[in-house]
Amino acid sequence: MKFSELWLREWVSPQLETQAMADQITMAGLEVDAVEAVAAEFSGVVVAEVLSKEKHPDADKLNVCTVNDGTGEPVQVVCGAPNVDIGQKVPFAQVGGVLPGDFKIKKAKLRGVESRGMICSASELGLEEETSPGILVLSSAAPVGIDFREFMHLNDMTIEVDLTPNRGDCLSIKGLSREVGVLNRLPVNGPMIEPVAAEVEDSFTVSIEAPEQCPRYIGRVIKGVSVKAETPLWMVERLRRSGVRSIDPVVDITNYVMLELGQPLHAFDRDNLQEGIVVRMAKPGEKLTLLDGSDVALRPETLVIADHSGPLAMAGVMGGENSGVNVNTQTIFLESAFFTPLAIAGQARSYGLHTDASHRFERGVDPQLTPVAVERATQLLIEICGGQAGPVVEAQSAEHMPAERSMLLRSARLEKALSKTLDSDDVTDILQRLGLDVSVQDAGWAVTAPSWRFDLAIEEDLIEEVARIHGYNNLPVRRPAARLALRSADEATLTQARLRRQMVARGFQEAITYSFVAPELQAALLPDAVTPVLANPISADLSVMRASLFPGLIRAMEHNLNRQQTRVRLFETGLVFNGELDALSQVPMLGALVCGPREAEGWSGAKDRVDFYDLKGDLESVIALGGEGDSWRFEPAEHPSLHPGQSAQLLHNGEPAGWIGTLHPQVRATLGLKMDAVLFEVRLDMLSQGSVPAFEPLSRFPEVRRDLAFILKEATPVQSLLDCAREQAGDYLQDIKLFDVYAGKGVAEGHKSIALGLTWQHPSRTLNDEEINQLVDSIVTQVRVKLDAELRG
Amino acid sequence: MDHLPTLVSEARDAIQAAQSVAALDELRVRYLGKKGEVTALLKGLGKLSAEERPAAGERINQAKQTLAYEIDAKRQQLESAALNARLAAESIDVTLPGRGQAEGGLHPVTRTLERIEGLFTRIGYDVAVGPEIEDDYHNFEALNIPAHHPARGMADTFYFDATRLLRTHTSPVQVRTMKSSEPPIRIVCPGRVYRSDSDLTHTPMFHQVEGLLVDEDVSFADLKGTIEDFLQAFFERDDLSVRFRPSYFPFTEPSAEVDIQCVMCSGAGCRVCSHSGWLEVMGCGMVHPEVFRHSGIDTERYTGFAFGMGAERLAMLRYGVNDLRLFFENDLRFLRQFA
Repeated sequence: MKFSELWLREWVSPQLETQAMADQITMAGLEVDAVEAVAAEFSGVVVAEVLSKEKHPDADKLNVCTVNDGTGEPVQVVCGAPNVDIGQKVPFAQVGGVLPGDFKIKKAKLRGVESRGMICSASELGLEEETSPGILVLSSAAPVGIDFREFMHLNDMTIEVDLTPNRGDCLSIKGLSREVGVLNRLPVNGPMIEPVAAEVEDSFTVSIEAPEQCPRYIGRVIKGVSVKAETPLWMVERLRRSGVRSIDPVVDITNYVMLELGQPLHAFDRDNLQEGIVVRMAKPGEKLTLLDGSDVALRPETLVIADHSGPLAMAGVMGGENSGVNVNTQTIFLESAFFTPLAIAGQARSYGLHTDASHRFERGVDPQLTPVAVERATQLLIEICGGQAGPVVEAQSAEHMPAERSMLLRSARLEKALSKTLDSDDVTDILQRLGLDVSVQDAGWAVTAPSWRFDLAIEEDLIEEVARIHGYNNLPVRRPAARLALRSADEATLTQARLRRQMVARGFQEAITYSFVAPELQAALLPDAVTPVLANPISADLSVMRASLFPGLIRAMEHNLNRQQTRVRLFETGLVFNGELDALSQVPMLGALVCGPREAEGWSGAKDRVDFYDLKGDLESVIALGGEGDSWRFEPAEHPSLHPGQSAQLLHNGEPAGWIGTLHPQVRATLGLKMDAVLFEVRLDMLSQGSVPAFEPLSRFPEVRRDLAFILKEATPVQSLLDCAREQAGDYLQDIKLFDVYAGKGVAEGHKSIALGLTWQHPSRTLNDEEINQLVDSIVTQVRVKLDAELRG
Repeated sequence: MDHLPTLVSEARDAIQAAQSVAALDELRVRYLGKKGEVTALLKGLGKLSAEERPAAGERINQAKQTLAYEIDAKRQQLESAALNARLAAESIDVTLPGRGQAEGGLHPVTRTLERIEGLFTRIGYDVAVGPEIEDDYHNFEALNIPAHHPARGMADTFYFDATRLLRTHTSPVQVRTMKSSEPPIRIVCPGRVYRSDSDLTHTPMFHQVEGLLVDEDVSFADLKGTIEDFLQAFFERDDLSVRFRPSYFPFTEPSAEVDIQCVMCSGAGCRVCSHSGWLEVMGCGMVHPEVFRHSGIDTERYTGFAFGMGAERLAMLRYGVNDLRLFFENDLRFLRQFA
């Protein structure tokens, strides 16, 4: 809500500078967003009267005028505006004056004719953003010679407050003044609003069929108005300073009263209405063309103002095009109604609309304002557009009017909530100043909220009001007390922070990517993914929830490759989303991506590119943190994003836990990536499951080591050899080391040699050769049987 | 016997001239070995008379000792020269960079979240997390934001269907915690949140930390103390001014916005604080009784406070980052600055 400081000060004027008043309002919870001058800096502009006008001898579009600027002598000035005329009062910039933009007015010759000053348009004075078509013509009553800034009250500020949704009562000068009055203990004085007596009998029936949504509707016919009349400059200026553009006098007056009092009004062209007004819910299939020209299909939960031929307006939101006022309108039907907040809430938004009226009705408009606003608007209409008022017509359903909101504020509760004992009289005073009806009781205060405060309904609302007016910063500060109770700490579980730190120690930078990704990217990586789709995404590129961390990591890699960062090591933790909404899993994952050289560029080391085993090593180092490495396995398996020969599924205790592999060359080509990448993602919840160390006594007896090399078929995974060996190696096997992998000369085509070093140790005696030989024999036999592999000769 | 002095003199010259430990060993054998020339003289003592023998023996032994001593001295000299030569040959340029993996780093938002969590967990708060795809009930209804409430317009929400949405704050985690546990409750809820807003100062996803404390006799003063302590600890500024401005959130009452003295200009006024000297950094308030009722907490017995802050905003102020969007580009040149 924007308002003019001077307008507010007509109602209530504390002895405070502008900024101090803005700070005061802010600290009371009405946050001031901006304080701006209503007009740019200019000087040397006075009100002048045009005395004469003659065609310029050498220019068709110019006139040579003389003006009386109050200095005595008529001043000659050349003017190019088409609307300049004798007798007009105009803003006149004298020689020596300075217009906005530091434009200095000097004596000049225009096509040979001397010009001493300039007759100004509204835009030249910074009063209008768009270039004005002609000079600004002032009221004929404007006194010649007076400083124009003074005449227009331009030494004024526009203050913009960002009101929270609970303070609909402050969406007017009246409401804001009330608040400023409370804060400064000052009386508030608005303009006198006297009922306008009916001069004609013209009337119009009103009936309410939806009293729950519209408990009160007041209307009035005003006959013989002229929409061609001009809105007075003072009103145009007040509207402008409130951020509202002048349209025509009728619309301007309804807007003005809304800004002044807070009651949205609507004016119909009486001659376009059929029989009486009916306030009712829309009927199925009804349509309406709104004032902004849009056609809407009304839904049955929408309240409408209708006549007997159909809907005329969307109640509390916007009027209809066909029933509105236009330049030829002569008879107006003025509407002032109370629509309940619930009836209007969400309606405008559901049609993609937001209007000043809906904004106010949603938040609650004082139901006692309905008749006042009609009188105020009538008074202004007759003053500006002429015409004669008919009688006020009112329909009301008393039982549906908002109930009185009474509540109790207990002094004990107030004291406990604020940790402060406030003086009882001060509390009473604060509540009364806020307009509450207060009855002091033993236990506290029994109060009734004023009709404009829809937000006051429970005790906490009152505590907040007292705290707010007393000042949050005048309330005490303390620290919460708590018992120092130790809580058990789960030692086996690894925190995400610990897992992240391991990735950092392995040289990875942490990335954070959006949880929603481009559908094409996700489809290229995971064609079968089923994942929730946003109904209202910010853009198509961010419209589906990620089913994996891969899309985000790949985008981040691309971003860096495009910026000469050729060695990328990134990881991310976060949720991935899989399944339909009704069977959705939201699982935290750790994902990583590497591409480029294995080592950072340097003087030492190879220039090799990273491969599968580099990243696998990184992942194994994370797995190792939990001390439960044996519960993890890497199974060769295919994944749509990954190279079928270089990918593995991770299993944790047999459960699928993630994937690791080289990006599929086809996928890489589809995405146009400049480099190969290796990726993994693993379930964080499973990575977090570690164990508490369990000590085993150290054996004092010697270790026995045997090295065995086997010739395996190329396609046989080493894991099956290790499993086989471990299975047969007995209870005292301490360790298996895989110390050589070889294929080539000496090993048959399609085969590989795998060398294992097995170490045994007994806790309480020395193992003899015979028992070790037996174990080795059974390993060799089992490997032959199961894997069709021989000991290397 | 008569040639002993000549022999010793010859031997000494040879020892001094020796170029290697091997050559020295040869000299030892030649003069002092079993068949050595000096040893031979000792063997010849038997040919002398008993009177001459002791004196001659002493002279020969003396010569032997002298030579042995000189050989040892020369050996030490040669060995030390050899060691020096080896050390010289093995010396490296210690100013070359060390080998190994380049260092990684945490994202500045994670760094900030962990810091905030740390400050609160150290005084007894727990960290609680929850789902990001939420339902209308947990994100709005249970927080006293019924359908069509104007406050729903405060957070532009991403929807999947009529009731499922991306959480707009981490408050649903508070609701879930209050429903599943008994007071006293002390939690902080860090995590990703989503609002359909994207411009210079808004990203559609960002991070929040919310906190909740529920106990008997918790007052607005406790909230003020907690927030002041936190902000002064986070910015490591004991003298940081903090002010509380009345505001409105449907789930708290009284509610407040919290401003701190601008950390960029110390309150003098700069671009970051729009020349006001103050920065809005978080929102907070006393838990609304309606929220307690939804969670089954006795509003007469218990009171509580809640607060919430944006991690990116705090990270920007703490580390001087001037563009919000950098947080989600994952540019390595940006990320490396927070290692």
